[in-house]
Amino acid sequence: MTYDWPTLLPLIFAGLMGLAILIYVILDGFDLGIGILFAAAEDAEQDTMIAAIGPFWDANETWLVLAVGLLLVAFPMAHGVILSALYIPVFVLLVGLILRGVAFDFRAKVATERKHRWNRIFFLGSLIASLAQGYMLGVYVLGLDFGLGGMAFGVLVAFCLAAAYAAMGAAWVIYKAEGDLQKKAVRWLRTTLVLTALGMAAVSLATPFASPRIFAKWFVLPEMLYLSPLPILSALLFLWLWRQTSHLPRPDDRHSLTPFLTLAAIFALGFAGLAWSFYPFVVPDRLTIWQAASAPESLAIILAGTVVVLPIIIFYSFYAYRVFGGKARDLTYD
Amino acid sequence: MDPLILSRIQFGANISFHILFPAITIALGWVLLFFKLRYNATNDSAWMRAYFTWVKVFALSFAMGVVSGVTMSFQFGTNWPGYMETVGNIAGPLLAYEILTAFFLEAAFLGIMLFGFRRVSNRIHTLATVLVAGGTTVSAFWIIALNSWMQTPVGFEMRDGVAHAVDWWAILFNPSMPYRLVHMLLASGLTVSFLIAGLSALRYLKGDRSESMWKALRTGVFTAAILIPIQILAGDQHGLNTLEHQPQKIAAMEANWNTGPNVPLVLFAIPDEAARENRFEVTIPNGASWILRHSARGVVPGLNDYPGNHPPVFPVFWGFRVMVGTGLLMLAVSWSAAFFLKRRHSLPRPLALLMVPMTISGWVATLAGWYTTEIGRQPWLVTGVLRTADAVGPVAGGHVALTLAVYLALYVLLLIAYLGVLVHLALKAAKDGDTSPLPGVLNKPMSQPAAGE
Repeated sequence: MTYDWPTLLPLIFAGLMGLAILIYVILDGFDLGIGILFAAAEDAEQDTMIAAIGPFWDANETWLVLAVGLLLVAFPMAHGVILSALYIPVFVLLVGLILRGVAFDFRAKVATERKHRWNRIFFLGSLIASLAQGYMLGVYVLGLDFGLGGMAFGVLVAFCLAAAYAAMGAAWVIYKAEGDLQKKAVRWLRTTLVLTALGMAAVSLATPFASPRIFAKWFVLPEMLYLSPLPILSALLFLWLWRQTSHLPRPDDRHSLTPFLTLAAIFALGFAGLAWSFYPFVVPDRLTIWQAASAPESLAIILAGTVVVLPIIIFYSFYAYRVFGGKARDLTYD
Repeated sequence: MDPLILSRIQFGANISFHILFPAITIALGWVLLFFKLRYNATNDSAWMRAYFTWVKVFALSFAMGVVSGVTMSFQFGTNWPGYMETVGNIAGPLLAYEILTAFFLEAAFLGIMLFGFRRVSNRIHTLATVLVAGGTTVSAFWIIALNSWMQTPVGFEMRDGVAHAVDWWAILFNPSMPYRLVHMLLASGLTVSFLIAGLSALRYLKGDRSESMWKALRTGVFTAAILIPIQILAGDQHGLNTLEHQPQKIAAMEANWNTGPNVPLVLFAIPDEAARENRFEVTIPNGASWILRHSARGVVPGLNDYPGNHPPVFPVFWGFRVMVGTGLLMLAVSWSAAFFLKRRHSLPRPLALLMVPMTISGWVATLAGWYTTEIGRQPWLVTGVLRTADAVGPVAGGHVALTLAVYLALYVLLLIAYLGVLVHLALKAAKDGDTSPLPGVLNKPMSQPAAGE
């Protein structure tokens, strides 16, 4: 591999896109998870849970726009191939996101007797969006395989991802809530954690057997040695988090953010594993990142802007999270 | 079923739904900033009440705009893969810059703008309002630059059927871009001023005479009265620009079949493309020549010069007429309302009644104008570079039909819910008047005191 711009730029953009997806999954993951947990919460708890994500969800969802945008602008060929193959699941995802996004706003503004209806729509939208994302991830991992096996795998990943998002949501509630709701969230976390671990194990085992190419990438020496920390560390973090949950919540609310950070780390590890499985393809087994990339001069123009703007985005996102830090309070428009 | 037609209907439906909300948020951000700055200058809490009433509308419109915008960004790939494959090198960076510079700015500071009044200092809250308003406008800049480039493409060269950028400056500031941007920003301003004026008129009719209602009503009416003549002028200039760069669109807008001088202005007609003539025509002699060339002898392009290469006449002709007609109605209503508010300090009941349905007049005009310009670009997606028919994806017609049906049902329901909430918010504000506790006073004290506290 030569290290000139036409080689490096697509690589950089693949990295940036991966980063955007990871940040999206972690951040919108807890929003969607809270939506899923709506099914198990009382009216008053729902208000607090909404208050815990109210100021953030918009910015969180923007990372999806950035990820799809980067796919669109940096790998236009892949964008077309992937999205036209995933036509129906993408559509389901969009319907879910539309319902989730507007229900969130409507529920706070409609007459009281209609609020319940929008709460249900918020739950449904979040669940639909999570399942659709998981399904797409599943069939994408297997190289957009729409055979029975591929679709069954998609369904498996769909439930796994929904459980993982619910775990993120529960962890976020532990961080943002107090009292009974916080205790309830710990129980939610324990349940969803088991489901997440089962799902992740199933996906990790199924992937290499479903794709000979991925099998060949993982189970050769010395790569196997370099890669072994990924699954081992993930398993250890799961076990550690499981033990932690039996002591939560702690006095003075110590470690209330720990479950969320641990889950984020597990997500990042799982994501790194996926990234290694795909590389160097952007459409598995069909298009490499170099075959699908835009012209280097267009990529360079985007990169120049990204390098300047991305740190600013991260900086002011931190600022927004700081302004709304601490326990969730009643959210009012003033 | 033909995936091309269905995909076009679907994209048309999605973008029609989407544009309704940016049309509101672009200008409403600046109106909120105006309310905030008036509050800062006068310490009059009525301005802050107006802010809190309208910031809710902003939040709801923004959410609708975000979710429908996400839909758009996916649709490029699901339905129109040929678009990015052909002009991705140019469209890509513009879309990327929109996301990078505008989306995040709006989304991150929206939280502070909506919920942060008591959490941050007054100055930061004002700054957040500035950044959100600026973000929506910058967003409009990028997307209109791209749309204008698709109408009047320059600054690129084709290599192996793929467009490559040669001159970014020329691409951004392409010949129709300044006209289109000004026209759209003014359209947003008018949409918002009539929205505010109309819902305030509803409050007025319900007996609300609170200070915050008057402040919002005056802001809406006076803004509309000032903007509409500017818009008519800008629209005229935009038309002359279109005449220069897209004559076949002008020919369709005027339903003029033969190029020549002394072309009449067609007020009413049913254009018949098969017979290539107008039925039931009502015209003003030499009108089109006067408007477009400022002379009766002025030559106006005709559709017969562009066989097989001009847009469908009926929707372009009528889209344009609906836009202009709505604009003239806006002129009449806003000027009479401004007259009564300025001279008589009151609003006659019939006028208030007329203003209530005019709440959505901006939407009507914006959509009609949008159809005129976008259908007027057909059969090209990118003029002279990419035909719409060549960009459509390999998706089965049945899939497109199914998703189209669900989208349409969803959009209709959401629009009903949205308008219902707007009316609900207005009626609630009318009931509370100025007697409602100042927002936030009942809650725990936060860093930012409200006036009079």
